[in-house]
Amino acid sequence: MANNEDRGHEHSHDHSHGHSHEHGEMSELSNTQLRVRSLETVLAEKGYVDSAALDAIVEAYETRIGPQNGARVVARAWADPEFRAALLEDASTAVNTMGNVSPVGSHLIAVENTAERHNMVVCTLCSCYPWEVLGLPPTWYKSAPYRSRAVLEPRAVLSEFGVSLPEETEVRVWDSTAETRYIVIPERPEGTEGWSEEQLAALVTRNSMIGTGLAQRPDEIAGDS
Amino acid sequence: MSNSIHDMGGMHGFGPVEEEPNEPVFHTKWESRVYAMNRAMGPLRLWTIDEGRAAQEALHPAVYANASYYQRWLLGLEARALQHGLVTKNELAAGKALEENDRPNRIFKAEDAANLTRASFDREPQGEPVFKAGDNVRTLNINPPGHTRLPRYARDKIGEVEAVRGCHVFPDSVANGKGDDPQWLYTVVFDGQTLWGADAEPGLKISIEAFEPYIEAI
Repeated sequence: MANNEDRGHEHSHDHSHGHSHEHGEMSELSNTQLRVRSLETVLAEKGYVDSAALDAIVEAYETRIGPQNGARVVARAWADPEFRAALLEDASTAVNTMGNVSPVGSHLIAVENTAERHNMVVCTLCSCYPWEVLGLPPTWYKSAPYRSRAVLEPRAVLSEFGVSLPEETEVRVWDSTAETRYIVIPERPEGTEGWSEEQLAALVTRNSMIGTGLAQRPDEIAGDS
Repeated sequence: MSNSIHDMGGMHGFGPVEEEPNEPVFHTKWESRVYAMNRAMGPLRLWTIDEGRAAQEALHPAVYANASYYQRWLLGLEARALQHGLVTKNELAAGKALEENDRPNRIFKAEDAANLTRASFDREPQGEPVFKAGDNVRTLNINPPGHTRLPRYARDKIGEVEAVRGCHVFPDSVANGKGDDPQWLYTVVFDGQTLWGADAEPGLKISIEAFEPYIEAI
């Protein structure tokens, strides 16, 4: 972890340019690390946070709560028509019947890709994301380019992810402007008949559940160990 | 704040979407601490998720644009901790507690991390939903000085109600200190051309989650 601390992050370097400093709030930006440590220390000493609890939250997202959960959900939907129907009806309830994924709270909604429609999820106002099934969002999902363009020119964005859809396919963008959270069920790849849920889950990428990717084809993972 | 930089839908000039190969969950330790502090403070119920969003939206647009995601979370958390009197500027500068305080009744414990599920935003309805799936509606042209979740690109536009999502806490009220004021929530879908004009990408549909006060019958 120590070497990680020293790594800069986007925009945390080079604040020689003039704007923003006059407002004061960012003047300590290069000291972000110190500032975070200070805030945690004060909140902990005053009894508002417990540092061991913070460790446990970080550990949960670094290990248990990630896109592997969503991949299991999608694989089950592909393999089990009854589960698929239940998932499309009420995703929060359906996911909590599975047993092999971490629990989810309210308002999860699953939307299904078909030959006629491709779904893609964004949050233009902040970065709402279905943490419980996909873990924490990648930087690009939280970035200004994605948040600004996903609603305006999703096909152009998709092309930057190497995804090209037929002209006649409807592209449906879901802007997560409330507390509902969306997960995309990508189309099941051909050549996977009879596969187990575990085998199927290996084809389901995080991006395919956001809608900026497709599920992998069997030949795309053939070389993986 | 409603018409600020956070409302990015449809803006130009930010460049391509760039994916980072093998991106870690957190890039630095401080990012993970900022995230965890925000999560751990939630169950203390000192503020709501919308108040948290409003705190970030209140950042100067240049600050917002230049800050990374977790830097914004840090600035927002600092602002709320100061506003609610949990910490003082002197304490943050000193990096240690300087004043006595009443301990909170409950606190997020390590074992609570076993169940990091979202809270429910469903509330008891104050009446029946006015709209149903299939209704054509127009979003209002509103520009409130406070928090709202109706993005600029979808104001004063005609769309179709696709689904009723339940009766939820109303962000425009709760973020501004006026209570839950539960409102029916709908998925409203627009044609690409309605939002972006004749040059919209073909076959494009965009939906937002719209609270009942955002829409009117046509």
